[in-house]
Amino acid sequence: MADREVTYGECKIHVSNLRKSFGKLEVLKDISMDVHEGEVVVLLGPSGSGKSTLLRCLNQLETVTSGTIVIDGHDVTDKHTNINKVRENIGMVFQHFNLFNHLTVMDNMTLAPTHLKLLTKEAAKEEAQKLLRRVGLEDKADAYPSQLSGGQKQRVAIARALEMRPDIMLFDEPTSALDPEMVGEVLAVMKELAREGMTMVVVTHEIGFAREVGSRVIFMEGGYIVEEGTPDEVILHPKEPRTVDFLSKVL
Amino acid sequence: MISIVQVYGTMLLNALGRTLWMTLLALIFATVIGMIFGLMNVAPNRILNFIGTFYVDAVRGVPLIVLAYFIYFGVPGGIQMLGFQNFRLESLEAGTIALSMNCGAYMAEIIRAGIESVDRGQMEAGRSLGLSYQACMALIVVPQAVRTMIPSIINQFIITLKDTSILSVIGFPELTNVGKTIMGNTFKPMQAWAIIGIMYLIVITILSKIAKQVERRVNRGR
Repeated sequence: MADREVTYGECKIHVSNLRKSFGKLEVLKDISMDVHEGEVVVLLGPSGSGKSTLLRCLNQLETVTSGTIVIDGHDVTDKHTNINKVRENIGMVFQHFNLFNHLTVMDNMTLAPTHLKLLTKEAAKEEAQKLLRRVGLEDKADAYPSQLSGGQKQRVAIARALEMRPDIMLFDEPTSALDPEMVGEVLAVMKELAREGMTMVVVTHEIGFAREVGSRVIFMEGGYIVEEGTPDEVILHPKEPRTVDFLSKVL
Repeated sequence: MISIVQVYGTMLLNALGRTLWMTLLALIFATVIGMIFGLMNVAPNRILNFIGTFYVDAVRGVPLIVLAYFIYFGVPGGIQMLGFQNFRLESLEAGTIALSMNCGAYMAEIIRAGIESVDRGQMEAGRSLGLSYQACMALIVVPQAVRTMIPSIINQFIITLKDTSILSVIGFPELTNVGKTIMGNTFKPMQAWAIIGIMYLIVITILSKIAKQVERRVNRGR
């Protein structure tokens, strides 16, 4: 394996000159950004701005057209990199939960770590119980996804990602598919994670979450990063007219 | 009608047995063929997609009776011309190959459609946990696809059972072929074909009932 080791100090994610096209449509145009350990970076922007695509490029669910992405010193855009190994350290939470419908909550959580021989079956179960307690679902271990509410599904999805003991977590609009009364319980788990120092990249429309938890906010539109800074800078005192325009619609 | 049953009963049952035997063999091979080409069709690889599509289109585009003639007469003829003078295929072998190829093409389509019916997010979630494409297919996608595939697979099995009758043309003494013999011997076509028809009907009805049970059991876990 020819993993190119690149050191960026405490930089967990380094993106430079990233471009991504779907056919003729260029969705990401020259994106560069860094995410440091313990940071919570919130990606804001109108739909179609490329923020989800950017997130999905980070763990290579989308291949990039050009540019480089270095995660924990591994260049994931290099085809010699063992992407499966890198993904073990990047948890991802999806808008539509994507729990494995044919498996119980417990099996959802233990499938990957046991198959990859990172944990024994017993250790994985024990870890899963701990995580379920943490997300407040210790009594749901034997339930099937179809028996859970949206908020519960998303909390299981977060726990499933944490079971791999990742050091980066990616969230792709984790509350967008939820009924309003369930948004809070999912955000609470995410806040808790952020407080514990997890490095997070979050695509969301929850401006409140961005302000409260975000260490940095990146505003995207049309495939470009338009503005970035602390939540106070970007959300309360935006400089770019496009940011102002977007925020006036969602606030 | 009674006299036909009395005289030809054993012969008919033996013929039914051969029909079921050929069906069973064809189903086993067709499942393997279907898995191979079905998975090729969904693989993220254009060459594999092409091979899979080519097989399915080619086999589905040729009538089973032509395929059977080709394999029974054409293939041994070709191989003999290459110098293997003693090469020949039994009607059971040729029939099973033709039926397996034919059923396999439809199975490949059923498997492809089943896999594609599973939400893309399932594969993405598996991959994002560090599992390989193959592991995601085996552990996550295929187990869920099987549920949606089962009614179509059972349907295809019934079609295959009926298609064995086409192989009477290459001389395999299955039920329809034996029906022709009985008709020739007795000059009672009405009775002979009624009996043959009823025998197919009974077997297929039993299979359909079992199929419904299986389907119900599989769906219960949902």
